[in-house]
Amino acid sequence: MSIGAPTEAPRWVTHALVPLINLALALIISGLLIFALGEDPFEAISILAYGAFGYPEAIGYTLYYTTNFIFTGLAVAIAFHCFLFNIGGEGQAYLGGLGAGVVGLAIGHWPSPIVLILGILAAAAFGGAWAFIPAWLQAKRGSHIVITTIMFNFIAAALMTYLMVEIFIEPGQQSAESRDFEAGAIMPFVHDILAQIGIDAGHSFLNLSFVLALICCVLFWFFVWRTRWGYEIRSVGQNESAAVYGGIMPSRAIILAMCISGGLAGLVGVNEILGVHHRLLLEFTAGYGFVGIAVALMGRNHPFGIFLAALLFGALYQGGQELAFDMPNINRDMVVVIQGLVILFSGALENMFRPRIEALFMRRARSAPAAAE
Amino acid sequence: MAASDRGREASPPSGAAPPALEVIGIEKWFGTVHANSNVNVRVAPGTIHGIIGENGAGKSTLMSVVYGYYQADSGEIRVGGEPVQIKGPEHAIAAGIGMVHQHFMLVDTFTVLENIVLGVEGGRMLAPSLAAARSELQRLERDYNLEVNPDAIVGELPVGVQQRVEILKALYRGADILILDEPTGVLTPQEVDHLFRILAALREQGKTIILITHKLREIMALTDEVTVMRGGEVVAQVMTAETTREDLAAKMVGRSVLLRVEKGAAHPGAAFLEVADLCVNDHTGLARVKNVSFEVHAGEILGIAGVAGNGQSELMAALAGILPKKSGHILIKGEEIAGGTARGARNVRAAGVGHVPEDRQHMGLVTSFEACESGILGYHRDEKYNGRVLMDHTAIVADVGRQMEEYDVRPPLPRLRTGAFSGGNQQKIVLGREMDRDPDVLLVGQPTRGVDIGAIEFIHRRLVAMRDAGKALLLVSVELDEILSLSDRILVMFDGEIVGEVTQSEATEQALGLMMAGERQTPPQAPTSQENTP
Repeated sequence: MSIGAPTEAPRWVTHALVPLINLALALIISGLLIFALGEDPFEAISILAYGAFGYPEAIGYTLYYTTNFIFTGLAVAIAFHCFLFNIGGEGQAYLGGLGAGVVGLAIGHWPSPIVLILGILAAAAFGGAWAFIPAWLQAKRGSHIVITTIMFNFIAAALMTYLMVEIFIEPGQQSAESRDFEAGAIMPFVHDILAQIGIDAGHSFLNLSFVLALICCVLFWFFVWRTRWGYEIRSVGQNESAAVYGGIMPSRAIILAMCISGGLAGLVGVNEILGVHHRLLLEFTAGYGFVGIAVALMGRNHPFGIFLAALLFGALYQGGQELAFDMPNINRDMVVVIQGLVILFSGALENMFRPRIEALFMRRARSAPAAAE
Repeated sequence: MAASDRGREASPPSGAAPPALEVIGIEKWFGTVHANSNVNVRVAPGTIHGIIGENGAGKSTLMSVVYGYYQADSGEIRVGGEPVQIKGPEHAIAAGIGMVHQHFMLVDTFTVLENIVLGVEGGRMLAPSLAAARSELQRLERDYNLEVNPDAIVGELPVGVQQRVEILKALYRGADILILDEPTGVLTPQEVDHLFRILAALREQGKTIILITHKLREIMALTDEVTVMRGGEVVAQVMTAETTREDLAAKMVGRSVLLRVEKGAAHPGAAFLEVADLCVNDHTGLARVKNVSFEVHAGEILGIAGVAGNGQSELMAALAGILPKKSGHILIKGEEIAGGTARGARNVRAAGVGHVPEDRQHMGLVTSFEACESGILGYHRDEKYNGRVLMDHTAIVADVGRQMEEYDVRPPLPRLRTGAFSGGNQQKIVLGREMDRDPDVLLVGQPTRGVDIGAIEFIHRRLVAMRDAGKALLLVSVELDEILSLSDRILVMFDGEIVGEVTQSEATEQALGLMMAGERQTPPQAPTSQENTP
């Protein structure tokens, strides 16, 4: 091997141990902060865990948040596979909600399965279309995707405000919300389904969009690693000149990856609009698009990792609210700080410990007889 | 050196002088790779010491340890007989060790003088140190026959002169021991000669020079003593005068190797690839290929010699359909193929052209992919790899696995990451992929760059076998030896133009070297070209 040849640590170290150490560190620092605020860190952790998983409703809300994070995490990840940094998940989710909402308003009286399927397709199509413009600008004009997608978040917010205030607002209402959808456009709540088979799961926002998110995880894996489109996207992402050499058009891969990315982000609209609010409204995206970046980073752009990371963030969101409620010295902002620490350690400081830990394991592995050559 | 403040080096060379540099028991691991294993080398002062070995033998690692880029896991370095701790290049420089890297560490937009004082300006204001450097530089140039204009912009200088700037940089920092890492890779034969004269002059002035190379010719021509490395270990340290090329080669690979390519006479057939008045611009719009015309026939290997950067890369890219041509024609088996960009690459491939790109890491492979994924690049749309929606992963792994067996890729594991293979094995993955389709035309760029001797032999044999099977091969290489031993006909490219054509039998290294430096072939070229000795 030549100098500095990349040799690898065991996969479980890279994919499990390092993220866990990062997470543990974030929790330790959070614990110190909580301690400094005069609360017991261990109690805080137990409240947080109980708030996230301790009873059926808690689990329901955790999984409801998880659903959004899976969608946005997958969205960021597919773009990452093409070496694109899609910061526009927020705007794409917003537009996805618009797509779902338009379907809900227009044909809510149709049979439910048809409406829901059309709603899902519309959400994905609207989100994808919103991502198409920055993608096209990147592919054909070289406008940097980070800049354009950020700008498109603002444009999406402005557009939605305009549409809500001018067009979709329910006549005679003060708040910028549409009328409620008819029954056909309502994604069934999981607790309602469980109630039908005799299980009492309380009341939470968790709806069948969660199943859609899980399906998306599986499809994501097949798409990225087992189709030629995924192959082409990854080729362009990993080595563009090799892709061109291999007859792959980078512009097409970029546009495809971004449209899928936007489509996945748009599915947040299904969870929020068809699943929870059952009407069009403003600001339902609540930063899910941005947290998706951390989810994708932590999940190493792999659907299973993204599922776990999304679950973690779902738990932090749900358990954090409980924490803010139960501990007088810890307010909502403090919970955001804890979430921020997790993002910081598992995302931004990702490479702080990785090299050292991996080196440690490679040194150990070397005591085993080295392979030939 | 005058500018240095070291006292240690002044120790009297009385009696048996201690070695200028001695490394004792150096151990270095990279992950699970044992890059240096108990390496012991003694370099006598005032000599040129060669370190030779295949790629990956540990030469560069050893020198990186000496220069402080890496810390050895264990072992000792002694300079002038005294142990030194080298924790970084600054320590090495302080100990009187200078290094000329394979890829120059120069700021292209600075003048020679500015580059030389970079990092040792000595003071807040630049003018006094530049003035001091100028007089010192003049002295160095005088002493060592290093002609360089101190006010020239480095980026505008020829590569050979840039290398001289690197040497001056090291000398200016007071180097008594100069390490040169593969210094001749980018030079014309004439520039190599000049470099060798400089190194000989340095030796006469008492400098110690360590030359890292994998070229036996250079070792034999220049060095006093040579250390042979293989697989991270020193396998021999011998006086150059007491050894032979064949002996060194055998020590490098651990067995006797075929240095010459055995091949019979070519039997050229129809022209498979015709190029007429081809002009190609690179992506910055610079004309890189100018009115080039040639034909490659079935059953022959046409070699294109030239110093890297004279348009060969752009020519290859245009032929492969990647780079759009500005004007002219490229006919593949009589048909013009629409080229330019990715779609062009696909069309050309579909027309039966294989392409082994010059730079496998940046073009031929995706190093982060599994070998089986790299092994289908360009053919990933083929029916045999695809189902209706999903790719047939089993078929891909099986097919690439078969190719890897056939082309002797070690280890033949299609699920291993491409980047985990050594350079030679990566190259064999590319060759396997491109040759397995049995293309009528094969474009081959630098087939053995960074490839060890054992693999070179294998690759050369496969290329000749392909020629004998009636295929047309176009070979671009900066290794003159390779061009000379493989090609049936040789074209020389200089500054985007074909400046000469010779057949293999009438080609000499010297004649080619002159043409590579831009000297046009005189039309009634006599087979002997001895008259144009410099």
